[in-house]
Amino acid sequence: MKPRTLMRHIKESFKSIGRNSWMTFASVSAVTVTLLLVGVFVLIMMNLNKVADDLENDVEIKVFVSLDASEETVTSLESQISEMSGVESTNFSTKEEELTDLVLDFGDELSLFEQSNPLFDVFYVKATDPQQTKNVAKEISALENIENVKYGEGKIEKLFNFLNAGRNVGLILILALLFTAMFLISNTIRITIVARRREIEIMKLVGATNWFVRIPFILEGMWLGIMGSLIPIGLVALLYKEITDFAQPRLSGELIQLLDYTPFIYQVSALILLMGVFIGVWGSFMSIRKFLRV
Amino acid sequence: MIQMKNVYKKYPNGIVALNGLNVEIEQGEFVYIVGPSGAGKSTFIKMMYREERPSSGQMFVDEIDIATIKNRKVPMLRRQIGVVFQDFKLLTKLNVYENVAFALEVIEEKPADIKRRVMEVLDLVGLKHKAKMFPTELSGGEQQRVSIARSIVNMPKVMIADEPTGNLDPETAWDIMDLFERINKAGTTIIMATHNQQIVNTLRHRVIAIEGGLIVRDVVGGDYGYEA
Repeated sequence: MKPRTLMRHIKESFKSIGRNSWMTFASVSAVTVTLLLVGVFVLIMMNLNKVADDLENDVEIKVFVSLDASEETVTSLESQISEMSGVESTNFSTKEEELTDLVLDFGDELSLFEQSNPLFDVFYVKATDPQQTKNVAKEISALENIENVKYGEGKIEKLFNFLNAGRNVGLILILALLFTAMFLISNTIRITIVARRREIEIMKLVGATNWFVRIPFILEGMWLGIMGSLIPIGLVALLYKEITDFAQPRLSGELIQLLDYTPFIYQVSALILLMGVFIGVWGSFMSIRKFLRV
Repeated sequence: MIQMKNVYKKYPNGIVALNGLNVEIEQGEFVYIVGPSGAGKSTFIKMMYREERPSSGQMFVDEIDIATIKNRKVPMLRRQIGVVFQDFKLLTKLNVYENVAFALEVIEEKPADIKRRVMEVLDLVGLKHKAKMFPTELSGGEQQRVSIARSIVNMPKVMIADEPTGNLDPETAWDIMDLFERINKAGTTIIMATHNQQIVNTLRHRVIAIEGGLIVRDVVGGDYGYEA
């Protein structure tokens, strides 16, 4: 496209926004509300994901070695487990170390057991994909010289199911909201097109290409989307600043952490802007298609 | 220039507008299309610039196959054809100059060429002095002359006019016909659908009469042939 033509298209698209200022206002507000909701949703979802990941990564399998296992057996077990596919790391801890840990956690009364330690030697195993923990545990329990395998079965699955369900519901809600905003932009562009029907008719009669007719409307839709994303970007950035300022000092040292303000907020802003552009362009594309059939 | 072989057109609502039309029009001809309302004249005209497609049969305009031309190529066809309507189809927000220039701007002509061409055609239709006026400030005849200027500014090979004098008083109609004659003398093929008996009978040209989707008469220098 020639630069002159592009300039013309841009000028036309702005003119049209000015001419339909009320409709523009209406659809920009709708996009604003939608993207604001989407933005807050993204904040929540991404942080939930982070929390889920933190929790997931904390899940480990506790493998109890049989009491009658020799030292060689333990060494060979260790290599067998760490060579399994899906195992990220193994950590061996002798029954003496286990007891020391217990004493540390529960107090000196337990040091009585130092006479005759009732504990097992233990491997702590982490799965590469925490969601696969159950399968890895199953595989390990099939090995020889294993007394027992524990990974908090049941509880973990419930946690994962809950988090997955949350993610899916969030995604569906976001998609529904985006669809609504797209529909509103599409309606605004339709009104613009109807108002300029005669102009389009003449353009087509004298041999303007379809793209020449389309581009100003697509640009108009894009401006609407961009304008609708500005306030949400600002508000979401402010909101998250407040949240991180409040929460991060209080969460320091805890297992659960929020995502850091930067670069996360740049990513979210870019995402909101992109969604604005996308729904604007797609919305206008949808309504032009109906009108420009040759 | 224009060839039609067994052109048949049936609309989705079941109406058969053209029922096997055969016609050939040479470059530079002046042709009247006459016939009662609903005979198929408009469909015939609309096919020339691919507003409608034939349901079957063959049709060529300037060697472009109208039956199979891709949508994307239609603009190229239309740049070869100027179209004039009974209701002028001018943009009321643009002045005379802008209305004519519009046709060149949207096909991305160079600005310098646009200016030169627009002034030339406005001179030709006798409206150079009204270039800055708006359509609503002009008489019907003047508005039609603007639309004619717009249709020829791109120097098309064919000019198609659908009832161009339908909204004009007889005297103004003659002025418009005078303009058509001059455009035709310059080599442009003109195809004009009309109900104006007086014009057809006075300015003698080829007359094609369509009735019930068929050509019932095709006479060079013929008369209108219907009661006014």
